[in-house]
Amino acid sequence: MPMLRLLPTDKTISFLKLKFLTGIFSVFLVAGSLLLWVVAGLNTGIDFRGGFVLEAKSLSGPADIEGLRKSLGDLNLGDISLQEFGSESEVLIRIQSQDEDAGNGLTDVNKEAIKQVQQSISDSYEIRRTEYVGAVVGSELQQKALYAIIAALGSIMIYIWFRFEWPFAISAILALAHDVITTVGLFALTGIEFNLATVAALLTIAGYSINDTVVIFDRIRDNLRKYKSWSNIEIINFSLSQTLSRTLMTSVTTLIALLAIYFFGGAVLSGFAFAMIWGVLIGTYSSIYVASSLLSRFDLRPSDDDDMLPEHERNG
Amino acid sequence: MIRIPSWHYGLSILVVAALGFLAIGNLMPRQSDSRFGINLGLDLQGGSYLLLEVDMDAVIEERVSSLAETIRVEMRDKRIGISNLESDTTEVRFELREAIHFIEARDILNGLVTSDMVITPTDNRFVIGFDEAGRDRLTTLTVGQAIEIVRARVDETGTKEPIIQRQGYNRILLQLPGIDDPEQVKLLLGRTAKLGFQLVDISASAVDVRASGRVPPGSELLPSRDDPEVFYLLNKRVMVSGEMLEDARPGFDGNTNEPVVSFTLNATGAERFGRVTGQNIGRQFAIVLDDQVISAPVIRAQIFANGQISGDFSVEETNDLSLLLRSGALPAPLEVVEERSIGPGLGSDSIKAGEIAAMIGLIGVAIFMIINYGVVGVLAVIAIFANMLLLFGQLTILGATLTLPGIAGIVLTIGMAVDANIIIFERIKEELAAGRKLATAFKTGFNQATGTIIDANLTTLAAALCLFLIGSGPIKGFSVTISVGVISSMFSAILITRLLLALWINITKPRRLFYQEV
Repeated sequence: MPMLRLLPTDKTISFLKLKFLTGIFSVFLVAGSLLLWVVAGLNTGIDFRGGFVLEAKSLSGPADIEGLRKSLGDLNLGDISLQEFGSESEVLIRIQSQDEDAGNGLTDVNKEAIKQVQQSISDSYEIRRTEYVGAVVGSELQQKALYAIIAALGSIMIYIWFRFEWPFAISAILALAHDVITTVGLFALTGIEFNLATVAALLTIAGYSINDTVVIFDRIRDNLRKYKSWSNIEIINFSLSQTLSRTLMTSVTTLIALLAIYFFGGAVLSGFAFAMIWGVLIGTYSSIYVASSLLSRFDLRPSDDDDMLPEHERNG
Repeated sequence: MIRIPSWHYGLSILVVAALGFLAIGNLMPRQSDSRFGINLGLDLQGGSYLLLEVDMDAVIEERVSSLAETIRVEMRDKRIGISNLESDTTEVRFELREAIHFIEARDILNGLVTSDMVITPTDNRFVIGFDEAGRDRLTTLTVGQAIEIVRARVDETGTKEPIIQRQGYNRILLQLPGIDDPEQVKLLLGRTAKLGFQLVDISASAVDVRASGRVPPGSELLPSRDDPEVFYLLNKRVMVSGEMLEDARPGFDGNTNEPVVSFTLNATGAERFGRVTGQNIGRQFAIVLDDQVISAPVIRAQIFANGQISGDFSVEETNDLSLLLRSGALPAPLEVVEERSIGPGLGSDSIKAGEIAAMIGLIGVAIFMIINYGVVGVLAVIAIFANMLLLFGQLTILGATLTLPGIAGIVLTIGMAVDANIIIFERIKEELAAGRKLATAFKTGFNQATGTIIDANLTTLAAALCLFLIGSGPIKGFSVTISVGVISSMFSAILITRLLLALWINITKPRRLFYQEV
């Protein structure tokens, strides 16, 4: 007797029956994300915006955030944001750069400001971390992050193009863009800090999502060769059903690892884990309902089955 | 019976044993002088990360203005009339009064101007400045010199194993393990410490010059360090400069007992100082540090190699100043453009959190795999442990730095690495469901899964490599662990899982592989 049986392997599920509904849902998600991104914007961290961050831990009891807000507000350092970080005794203090003209350097004005903050809280808090990023360095990091995302998507696209024919490549890349854009949208919606770690999460999500898609596409290509009389929809539904238990199992093991990071890995990693958890869910969804759905709209057997193979694999 | 080629056994055992040995060696308590193995990133052991920018504009401006000064003196000596001599932050410009001197002037310039600058003559007008290549060469040179000086100064503070390297075009990356308050280092690096002894210009009074704003050619007006309202008019020509110092030590004046810095000049410096002081007994000279006059004593007797600098210092100031003078002047001012300091408490908390997350992730995934696949799941879990050994072994060989995001990468690898196993198991399951014999199903399953696994993992690897290019410390650590994890998980699934599964099938001859009848 099986102890646990996720799904019967001999049954074909008609995934694509929902393709119209999920298509609308995905368009809505992407459009909404782009709109939120433009309208609400991202809560960019100092990595990209420049400024100061201090992480402080209360020497006894929980951190008094209201008290801190008041005493730091008296220093007249402009916009200060305070937030509980990890546990209730820890607090994250963000301060904008005090010297707008300087742009980049840690000038005397900035040094003075940070010293004032340290002095005003040092009686009851231990300062565990201090970070300063100059505005110019911030915009450079932003640019680098953008290039890294473009390079990652580009190299994945080239790889897929090489291994599969163009209908597969286009479907895979659109699914990937869908995942990346909706993740950014989630950050715009929740206002969770968007920083370098988030970019790392975005790229990992891209890697994870394409991984999922490739496994499914591999199977679709196999089945196109095996079952020549079947329609696209039949082939894709059958392939999705065959790979479904793998898709779900891998998502579950990855989620187990991510939940462990989210709950136990400390506050620094929780934003990263949050993005990744969303990414695994949306990546699994998009492999089925964006990548495979889109693929079903292409003519996958133009004249000869061999056309579905890249040049180097033909007649082999 | 499933046949596994003997090289397959050999390779698997060899790789796991070798990397496992390295990995276990790493998990043992480290000896402090060990240079081999995984280093902890600053975010885990505490310390400071400083990104310094070399102010190249200041260097170029100084080069340009000193060239203008040389041209003025040289043309006057050769009796060539020039006008409109001016310099700004990028170039020197002047015109000849008479076009007849053009060739002579050009030859003089060719002798004066270093190869990294370009002379552009038009009619009787000359423009001299840096071109792109010259600027690049000067930057490389200046950053290189600055790194040497930074190293000397940081070493003087007693920081253990600092990392100092050029980053990008004109930046220097400085990592100071164990220093969570880099205030002292920043203070030391915030000063160029350019020292010069210059004669006081007695042709005009500093007060008049300051009022009129007309500084005589060849002179400059510099403020006093003690009182920014007091100015001195000095000859631009430096008699003795900081490079001629052989040593500088803090001490006390024999008579007044106030803190001073005693210095010793090298042979060139001593010879020059002796000559100038001998010729100018009774005149005043100024000790200038970073464009501020520290003191302006009167020369009472000829001075050679040894002297002292006094100027109302505290003991701490004489300590810092002699340190700065010993390590030499920075070729350009440095500016902190990024700073991240992490206390040791946060670092050890992060390590603990990372360990707990890794343990829970590992146990969770193991339980899930065993519930789902039974004995075969146990084999997959063994493969995960082998994978972890491989991962740490590779990190050790690479001498990689483990950061907090790097730990996240390892935990994530645990979750994602089983994917390759799952792909294989599911394929075998399908083959069995299609009615194939165990040995055939095993073979086809592995063969078909291998292509898929490689395809799927290479794309992840591509994304991780792009991440590596973003650069900065902790994130780089993440991309390293993910890349290494992807590679070792492919190896462990394709070779180790296959080996374990084949052994298990051969030894126990099971009737069922999964929870279904074979």
